[in-house]
Formats: sequence, structure tokens, C-alpha cells
Amino acid sequence: MRPFSYQRASDPDMAVQALGAAAAANDPLTKAAAQPLAGGTTLIDLMKLDVMRPTAIVDISPLAQAWSAIAPGGDGLRLGALAKMSDVAAHAEIQRSYPVIADSLKLAASAQLRNMATLGGNVMQRTRCNYFRDVSYENCNKRNPGSGCAAMDGVNRMHAVLGTSDQCIATYPGDFAQALIALDAMVEVTGKAGTRSMPFAQLHKRPGSTPDIETALQPGELISAFSIQGRWPRSVYLKARDRQSYEFALSSAAIALDIQDGTIRDARVALGGVATVPWRAREAEALLKGQKFDDGLPQRVADAAFADARGRRHNSFKIALGKRVVARALQQAVTMEI
Amino acid sequence: MTAAAPAPKANLGQPVPRYDAAAKVMGRATYASDMPLDNPAYAFLVTSAIAKGRIDRFELDDAKRVRGVIDIVTHENAPKLKESKLFSNGGYAGTTIQPLKSAEIAHDGQIIAVVVAESYEAAREAANRVKVSYSAAAPSATFDSPGTTAAAAKGQNSQFKEDPKVGDFAKAFDAAEVKLSVSYETPTQHHNPMELFTTSCAWMGDNLVIYEGSQYVYGLKNGVAEQLGIDADKVRVVNPYVGGGFGSRGSMTPRTAIIAAIAKRLNRPIKLVPTRDQGFTIATYRAETRHEIRLGASRDGRLVALRHEGAEVSSRPDAYCVGGTKTTTRLYACPNVDSLVSIVRADRNTPGFMRSPPEVPYLFALESALDELAVKLNMDPVELRRINDATRDPIDGKPYTSRSLMACFDEAAKAFGWSQRSPQPKSMSDGDWLIGYGCAATCYPTQMAPSAARVRLQRDGRTRVEIAGHEIGTGAYTVIAQTAAERLGVPLEKVAVFMGDSDLPPAPVAGGSNSTASTCSAVMMVCDQIRQRLFKALMPNDSLADKAKETVGISPAPSTQAAKGDRSLDIEKAFDALGVGVVEEYGEWKPEGAPLDSFRAMHNGQVRLVGGHQMKDQIAYAFGAEFVEVRVNRFTHEIRCPRLVGAFAAGRIMNPRTARSQLMGGLIWGMSSALLEATEIDERNARYVNDNLADYLVPVNADVPGVEVIMLSEQDDHINPVGAKGLGELANVGTNAAICNAIYHATGQRIRKLPVRLENIEL
Repeated sequence: MRPFSYQRASDPDMAVQALGAAAAANDPLTKAAAQPLAGGTTLIDLMKLDVMRPTAIVDISPLAQAWSAIAPGGDGLRLGALAKMSDVAAHAEIQRSYPVIADSLKLAASAQLRNMATLGGNVMQRTRCNYFRDVSYENCNKRNPGSGCAAMDGVNRMHAVLGTSDQCIATYPGDFAQALIALDAMVEVTGKAGTRSMPFAQLHKRPGSTPDIETALQPGELISAFSIQGRWPRSVYLKARDRQSYEFALSSAAIALDIQDGTIRDARVALGGVATVPWRAREAEALLKGQKFDDGLPQRVADAAFADARGRRHNSFKIALGKRVVARALQQAVTMEI
Repeated sequence: MTAAAPAPKANLGQPVPRYDAAAKVMGRATYASDMPLDNPAYAFLVTSAIAKGRIDRFELDDAKRVRGVIDIVTHENAPKLKESKLFSNGGYAGTTIQPLKSAEIAHDGQIIAVVVAESYEAAREAANRVKVSYSAAAPSATFDSPGTTAAAAKGQNSQFKEDPKVGDFAKAFDAAEVKLSVSYETPTQHHNPMELFTTSCAWMGDNLVIYEGSQYVYGLKNGVAEQLGIDADKVRVVNPYVGGGFGSRGSMTPRTAIIAAIAKRLNRPIKLVPTRDQGFTIATYRAETRHEIRLGASRDGRLVALRHEGAEVSSRPDAYCVGGTKTTTRLYACPNVDSLVSIVRADRNTPGFMRSPPEVPYLFALESALDELAVKLNMDPVELRRINDATRDPIDGKPYTSRSLMACFDEAAKAFGWSQRSPQPKSMSDGDWLIGYGCAATCYPTQMAPSAARVRLQRDGRTRVEIAGHEIGTGAYTVIAQTAAERLGVPLEKVAVFMGDSDLPPAPVAGGSNSTASTCSAVMMVCDQIRQRLFKALMPNDSLADKAKETVGISPAPSTQAAKGDRSLDIEKAFDALGVGVVEEYGEWKPEGAPLDSFRAMHNGQVRLVGGHQMKDQIAYAFGAEFVEVRVNRFTHEIRCPRLVGAFAAGRIMNPRTARSQLMGGLIWGMSSALLEATEIDERNARYVNDNLADYLVPVNADVPGVEVIMLSEQDDHINPVGAKGLGELANVGTNAAICNAIYHATGQRIRKLPVRLENIEL
């Protein structure tokens, strides 16, 4: 850890100001000199590991009053970015109308972390790739652009099989983001010029040739809220992992269905633990829409979801696993009582 | 009685609460790095990013500019230290790879610089700013890596004397009606005790005090003195509490003498708190192993031939091995036995003790193979073990001092509901989950070592016990206090125990599960010396000697003639007769068969363990049986273990509460070892990858919903005065095999490599 200045932002303007002021031109957000601190469950770790080296920390927890709404309404849901994971997971109406959200949060991290971590920070958490988190490895394109990727031919059991590039195979580790991307969430971003709104699906960037650029946010911008249209009571989050709690997904699936009179009117399929970014499997969804459920459908959907997957030495199992997880989650979503 | 404080049975002591419970729960227990130092400087380690090669140069300017930096010590300016031999070669060290001696790098994460600063934060920041240029060479990581060398353990490790064998294995195997030939593998594992590998060193003139979590304060004291070239009497090691050891603190690591020497040079106390990931490379670990097992049996299940070949990884300079064939060749009755242990040298840090070092990997192989044989024979695996139960060591023909293996199987089977198992694999399920039942035997040698103790009794019954034993979380304070209270007939709350200080009378290493038997035997003996003095004061013409002996060992309460009736009054009378205010006795106890140099070695910090198969006319082991229920998800293939049931017999159970906790922890660790724990090695560069507690998985509460511990009554008068067999390392031995055997039952799939993960399951 290196020395840094610390200030508390008492309102959004001040936060945006403080974060933007320290930004140097062309710095990707992950390397910005000023970083926002909310729950602190990722940032502080990465600072201790010397992976992130901000010189200024802007504590945005005073904004919680304004930014921690949990507001299900008639036409949809609004969630403040500083709402705590545990509060959202425990909210009765979220559990009723958006089980995929409640479960994705409930199955993430540990109770202690969920009590601290915020929604905004959760979607922004960075990869758990060991080679990224260990600065003694020079070759990490995320940390040192152009230096190579130690994970590519290293111990890569936890790494991604979808959305990878020849520069980076680091997995996006979160759970909640799969629920958001599945439900076509919008993300509200507050910056110097006020607030703007964009599809959550556009927030995260695939690594491509610039793995150091992870999101569409610019230095000085903060996520202030998420919003979702409609209700999704027929939705599930299924997570496969090495232990029963407090562990990242080896593979997960967020499924949301709208079934009317036996016909699947709308279907959402998102994948976690297997991709470099929150992953929407639109090819899989296309196989579901307008169809009636049959026993072979889960397998066809699962195959479509992983059609483009590419495994490496230690993580190829994730393709077969991911398919079974999607198929099972789909069966659960179809048969769940709502 | 609650589960935590089991109901009394024959030869079970009282389940009194832990002596140190309140202090620990309330945060008052001071661990080594909690010890206040006067004006300390703080050290932070820089460790190598390569596993083999040399350091070309350091760039230190950036680091030195950090405010508060006092010194940066590298091989170019490090204090010179004397070498210490490996503990198994008469030294104290867990490795002979001495960092900061030259530019050479022998393993990943080797200490290459020590930054000393006015604060921890400054030392850490400066360490981050140290730049190192290396000339890296291609390292050999593990088995099958190019450049490794393999050779038989016998002849290169002085503690591995013989590959046990008897009869004619080859002939018997050839002729056997049923044969099995299988291979198994176990992974690299790290102890990861909660307490990091800290050390604090403070000099007062020529005297050094070391605050460090240690399982052997006398070993550390003597070892550091040797490295510094000073008299051992000038060194004191203090650690009243140890935040978990599991073997990792049994032998000296290089860090201590380095920090002590730098503290001397700077003339300031120094506190070192390494990081979790540094702990993976600056201390020891359990090395990966491979096993070839061949079993020959008659159709009715009798073993006629057994061969166990084991291979273990060690470092280039040190021939460490655990050699578990000493146990696996003796567990079952078999007339023709052969074995071989070999060591494979790679560019790694030197491995070392980790809870039940020999038994965990080697019994995984044997107990898995036995289950495979039971399947071949179409026989209940419990019955297969019953048929081959032994009363004598099959290698040397010596009788077991006591052996309750089958009683444990029967008790555990009943509690578990083994009779509900349908033997066919894949025949039991519950919704999405396939269910499997599995079992395995567990065992651990009963070991003792010389120990001293000092006991002081006051007229009012207040008692002070001094012994340089170690509280590594096992309950050592508690059972020592109980022993003294019982022998002296004083209330438990009047007994104060002082441990974890090398200025106290020497006790052996807290390893090999010898502590309770050794330290309590010594305390018991010294208490009897006190009783003898009191007795003689009141009845100078009577002899207590014989009467005292009668009560040694198993008596639940003191039956001294002197103490009958109103005991405190008798004590007072005895004190009056003696005309003193305090009675204090010191004594040194050694087990039968201990070598002649035992007591000298004890003071020099060298252990002389006696027991197991090395007793003169007998063989002594504790036994148990473990049953597990495993569930495998049909869809995700996730493996969970909702139930662990173990029954154990270990002679006298000094305190069923602390014993249960030890056994329960063992079962949980065993499950963890089977399903979760493995240190991943990047074979390209021989580096540990998942060197943190987020990625080196250990169980969380949700992983262990059901653990049941049963302690059998067993009396063994042949082992030590206390009658106790060590049980700290008993329970985590059999679990690996029990889990894999249950996975076979659930899925029909035999998995021979640990840990078992969901990708290993094919349904």
C-alpha cells in the first residue's frame, strides 16, 4: 500500500469534482489517481496488494442517504448504487418480484461482506485472476498493457471461456451483474455534466486488445442507480461453486422467463463465472422466445449459450458445466411456482 | 451435558471448560505479535519472484526515499549467520536454504531483502518499491517436471531408517486369488494457521527475547542461538498462546535469526509481520505425494500380500520425507509386505510437518485401496477390515498395547446408520443429489518424549505449574491444570499454569501428538514428589512410595493417605510440620525406552520421541473409524459432505470437551483436505499461485452442517503414566479415503487424486 489522501464527499457534486480533478488525460478508470471508496471490500484489498495505487481516495459513503433507495414500483425497480447487498437481498418485494436479483446477491460473498458492500461497488469489482492480483508477475495486460498474459498458459481453472481475447482471459467474478444484464437493467451514471443513463450491458468492456479498460465509465463518473422495467417473478439464479458459501462461481446462470399459456413470451439468459464480462446469451434466448417448453429445449438452449466458448488447459470443464447449469436453471425457472 | 461437554464414561476425564477460554473470547490472550515492544522498528520482507536463478542487482533508491526507512538488508549487507542443520540431522532448522547468504535463488518466494522502517506502513511501501533484476533459470516444479531427481528415502534421510517388509510379497501377490493394483495422488497443502509467521526480537544487552508463535520454544531458542553464535542461555522465546500451528511452527524457519541479527545491528527491537502469501514460501508445507498400492487377497477377504510404494517431493538440498509406510505396512494383518519410499527433488522450499504428516497421504492410499478391494470381493468394507484386524504388528510381531479399531467401526457404524446403506453404487439419491456413504479407518502412533516440570504448592492450596509446553489451541493449559488439581487434590480454580516460555522447564515439541502424554506425565510425577514431601512430614515413619505408585495413572481423584478427609486442613498440617510456606518441586520425566541422552537433548531443544512402532516390545497406536455421507449434484456435480461421524479410542481422554474439539477439527480438516485444499503450482515457474485464503479453500460453516464425535472408553496401562494416547492428529487421517469411498458409492466413480472437484465427476 502506498500513501494516499483521503476525503469524504458530502454530496454528489463534491464527489464528482474530487474524482475528476485528479484524473490525468487518457488514464483508464482503473488507473485513475483518485478512486471512490464505498464498502471498500475490493479497493482496499487491491491497494494492499499494490495492484491499485491511487493517490487520492474519495469516500462516497455520505452519499448513501441519497443513493441507497430500494424502490420497487408498479412499472419497475430502482436501486440506489450505495444500497448494501444484504439489504437488497433481504427485501421482501425483491424476493417476490425479482428472485434472480435477491438470489444473486444472497449467494455472493459472505454475510459480513454483503453487509459492507454496495451494489455499485459490486458491479465494479475487479477480476480475481491470481496473476492480476500478484504484482510479482510482470506479464499482465490488465496491469501492464502489452506485457502479455501469465494466465493464458498458467493455472487458469477459474478463468473465462467466453468473451476472451488473446490478451486476457480473466473472469468477471460477480453474481449480481448477471441478474442486471439479464433483466435489461439501465445504469444511471453521475458525472460532471449531470447524470446520464445507459444499458447495463454497455457498462463492461470485453478485454479485446485493451484489457486495462474494463468499463465505459470515465474518471470522475460514478454509478448512482440501477433501474429495471417490469417485474420478473419467474426468474432464478443458479450458482455452482467449490464450497457451499463464500466462494465465486465456477459457473452460474441467471434466467428470467415470461410464460403465458404455456408459451415462452420472453426469455433472458445470462452467464456468470465463465465470461470476461457479465454475459448475455442472446442466441440461447432466441431459441426460447415464442416456444413451448419441451424436454429437449434446455439442452439446445445450453448448447447455444456456449457455442462460442473456448476452453484452455484447466478451465475447459466450464463449458460442459456451464451447459448443465443453464439447462438446470431453465428447468427450475419453468417449474417454479409464482 | 451438551455435545460440547460429552457425558462421562469410564476413563474419560471431566469436560471442564478451557482454561484460556475467557481470555481468548474476550481478546485478552496476547499472541506473540501482541507483545508490547519498547520503541520497535518494523520489518517487511521482499521475496523472490523467481524460483531458480540469481539476483543481478537491486534498485533501492526509490525504496530508500520512503520516509521512515531505516535500513534495507539484502545479501550484500546482511549480517552473517551460522548454518543450522536440518532438525532430522541433529539441528533445529526446517530448511537448510539460508536466505540473504548469496545472490542465489533456490525457490519461489525466498526472502531476498528485509526493509526496516519506523512504521509497518513505511516498511511495506518501501518493500513495494524495491526493484530486483534477476537472471532466471528454468526451475523444476514437481513430479514429472524436467530436471527433477528421484532416489530412495533410505540412506538420505536419517529419520527414515528402513522400508518395512516381511515375507515374500512378489510370490504371494502372484499367487493371490484377488488382486488390486492402483495409484493415488495427494496435492501440495499449506497449513495457513490464523496467526501469521510473525517474529519480534528484542535485545537487552547480550540477551535476546524472541516473541514468536512456536510449537517448540526450546528448539527455537537453541537454534537461533546456534545461528547467532551465542550461548543458548542468552536467548528466551516467549509465546503464551499460539494461533494455530499444525506443524508449521515445529522447526525453526530462517526468518527468526535474520530478524534477531538485524535487531542487534540496529540496536532496536524489531517486529516482523509477514503477509499471508509470504507464509506459503517462508515456512514449510505438506508436499505432494504419489502412491502405488498392490493388494493380494484370498476370496474370503484375507490379505495375503501388500505393497505400498510412495514418492514425495522435497527441496534440492533437504531430503525431507514423511514415509508413511511405517504405518500402512502395520495396520492390517498380512504375512507378505513390501514397501518403498522415494524422494523427488525439485526447486521448491523444503516441506515439513503438517498435521499427521505420514498418515494423511499414505492412509488415503491404503484406505482407498481397501475400499476398492472390498468392491472386488463384493464385501462390506467394514467386514473386510474386521477380517484383517491385527493384534500384532505384522512386520515385527510385537503386540499392540491396545487396539479398539473394530469397536470404533461398530460404534461409528451404528451412530451413522451404516446398515441403511444400499451397497450398490448410484443407488441412493434425494432430489438433485446422489447420495454416497463411505468409511475408512484412522490411526495415529502414540508418542511420548522427555519433559520436565516445576510445581509450587502454597499452604492455601494455590498451585503454580511451570512447563515450557505450548498452547496451540489444543487445550494444553486445561489438561495440565486438571492433572495438577487431581494429583494434589486442590480445586481446579486454584491452579495456575505457565507455558510458552523457554525460561520454564523444558517440554517437548508440540508435535506428533505427544504433548498431553509427555507434559501431563511430567506434571503428575512432580505433583507426586510434592505429595511425598507432605506425606513424609506428617508420617515420617510410613512409606508413601508404594501407595503413591498405586494411584498413578488412572485414578480419577487423589487417594493419598495424607490428603484423605479434610484435604486443605491436611495440607496446612503438613506445611506446619514442614515449617515452610511453600513447597516447590522440579522433576524430569522420560518415557520407557527413551535413549540415554534424552534429558541432555531435552535441554538442548532436541526431541527424542518414543512410541508408535519404535517401542521395545510393543506397538502403540490410537485408532478410530470414520463414516461420511457425501452428496453429489446430478447437474452441477458439486460435492458436499453433510455428515461426518467418527468414533475414536485413544486411551484415557483427559478432557472430553477439548478432545472432542480436536477430533471435530480433525474430521473437518480431513473433509477439507479431500474436497477443497490444494496449493496450485504454476509448473512453468515453480511458483504457488493461490497463495491466499480466498483462493486456498478451507471449509466455511455451511460446508460442515453435521459432525459427530464419539469417544470410546479405552484403558491402556502400557503407554505412559497418564494412560493417554495423543489424539490431536488422529481424526484427519481417515477422512480423505472415507470421502472418496463415499463418492464412489454415490457415483460409481473411483477418484484417486485429491482434492476431488466437480470437474472430476462424470455422470
